[in-house]
Amino acid sequence: MERKLAVQVDDLTVAYNYKPVLWDIDLAVPEGVLMAIVGPNGAGKSTLIKAILGIIKPIAGSISIYGKPYDKQRKLVAYVPQKGSVDWDFPTTAVDVVMMGTYGSLGWIKRPGQKEKKAALEALEKVGMLSFKNRQISQLSGGQQQRVFLARALVQNASIYFMDEPFQGVDATTEIAIINILKELRKAGKTLVVVHHDLQTVPEYFDWVTFLNVKKIATGPVKEIFNDDNLTKTYGINYKVAINK
Amino acid sequence: MTSPQIEIQLIAAVVAVACAIPGVFLVLRKMALISDAISHSILPGIVAGFFITQDLNSPLLILLAALTGVITVVLVEAIQKTGLVKEDTAIGLVFPALFSIGVILIAKNANDIHLDIDAVLLGELAFAPFDRLLISGMDVGPKSLWLMGGVLIITVVLLLLFFKELKISTFDVGLSSAMGISPVVMHYGLMSVSSITVVGAFDAVGAILVVALIIAPSATAYLLTSDLRRMLWLSIGFGVFSAIGGYWLAHILDASISGSMTTVLGIVFLLVYLFAPKKGLLSVLYRQKQQRTEVSLITFLLHLNNHSEETERHINHLTEHINWQTVRAKTVLELALKNNMITIANDIVSLTEKGTDFTNRALEYIITNKDDRIEHMKDDFFLFRG
Repeated sequence: MERKLAVQVDDLTVAYNYKPVLWDIDLAVPEGVLMAIVGPNGAGKSTLIKAILGIIKPIAGSISIYGKPYDKQRKLVAYVPQKGSVDWDFPTTAVDVVMMGTYGSLGWIKRPGQKEKKAALEALEKVGMLSFKNRQISQLSGGQQQRVFLARALVQNASIYFMDEPFQGVDATTEIAIINILKELRKAGKTLVVVHHDLQTVPEYFDWVTFLNVKKIATGPVKEIFNDDNLTKTYGINYKVAINK
Repeated sequence: MTSPQIEIQLIAAVVAVACAIPGVFLVLRKMALISDAISHSILPGIVAGFFITQDLNSPLLILLAALTGVITVVLVEAIQKTGLVKEDTAIGLVFPALFSIGVILIAKNANDIHLDIDAVLLGELAFAPFDRLLISGMDVGPKSLWLMGGVLIITVVLLLLFFKELKISTFDVGLSSAMGISPVVMHYGLMSVSSITVVGAFDAVGAILVVALIIAPSATAYLLTSDLRRMLWLSIGFGVFSAIGGYWLAHILDASISGSMTTVLGIVFLLVYLFAPKKGLLSVLYRQKQQRTEVSLITFLLHLNNHSEETERHINHLTEHINWQTVRAKTVLELALKNNMITIANDIVSLTEKGTDFTNRALEYIITNKDDRIEHMKDDFFLFRG
């Protein structure tokens, strides 16, 4: 059975100061999967997402989103960067941050209005943060900040979601709340690509997985390829004990 | 007031507003020092422009000098990209190099014209009204007022058009870039506006004090608000206040106008730093004290909640047992009594219903960090305000 491809990456190589951090990556993400990208620190997981989204220029390779280059398909894509990549002391409120999710579809110069505000409030409600809408963002806990980021991705109203460690620094309650929203999105036919750290939860949360360590080790359904062999190839140590018992 | 007096204040206020607007974004982007670099390194651009135009207030000179400002930023980034030195070092390498070229150019070629190092560093606001703009022989006001007015209008128009883009590219470079709002374009746009502003303001307040006009108003506003729009308005307000206040301070002291303006900026920042309602020093100290008392209160109530035996709840025993000094124990006891959380009978302290309820809810909050149930208690207790 051939599924439509949401994301296709061909021969992608990314280097910082001529030192490759991603080497000749081929990757095909079928539509409608909830995919984890796993790999050790420095494996290039965040870099892969950034390269797909055009934030980092690759030195070789091509990327397509539903068959077209990314800059033609921006509006189909939502992005949740790492929480630590922004300054939470920035003078703004939760609802205002969520509204930023609408900036892409608004385009240059046009300002967000009532419609965008309404969308932002709905998204905040979905992630259980409506009562914090006017809270200054530095006054939110780590988990709440992560929920605000998720809400911002929701208002982007995309087909494909790229998320960089959405479970980083959140408590168990928030983690469950976030994964439930991700599963709901998948049910609605969206494609999700998530950089993930906790190997234990991969089989429970995701149906698709990519092993990455500078090169692509494997990609496919969790049921078929999430095994000791691939884990060992990716992390370089034997994972039998960690996962199977 | 005489008409030159009004004109000087008007120029000072316009310069202050024009500096405050890019200043807000420079401070939020943690690039405040770049304004220092630009203000110095534009000197060779100004000198070169002066040789060509022979007029310090010519728009061509402004553009040439602003170009030097942008070149500064490019050079700093190029040096930084080598990975051999950090950004602050790169800034420190670039601007003295360019500034010294300017100094040499002035010393070699401009000895007998109106361009000296003093004016470069401190500005000559007092002389600004003498240089008039004549349109077909008619006097329409000081040249520098028209010049800075023009710069200000450009800045305001750009701010209104690109407010959203400036905001997102400042807050979240990654998302901004993914959405196609190029952070690089916004960065160089902001750098160009900053450079033009600095060059325009340079003649009025000089290379050193222009930095204060850019950084101090927004640093002050940052202490008072958590809203970007309000931060912009407050910065503009502080800038204008210091400009006009500084003028009159200079008038009274018979001192340099730009020096007095900066002094007022410093004083305003100090006052806000001390007395700001949320982030101010006094308010922080007061909140810490209050929080200490409230944590003590909850510790005390918890102790009562955990012990039903009377020996543990005797009033004297409590001070010994929880190991508090008498003063603190008394404060806590009074606070609990005042809020009807405890009753005292025969020197035995008991929790009231309200006290038990409060303790349970506080415990739940501390354990779960869930906010909704104690939302209404936030007005009375600092502890729950995060």
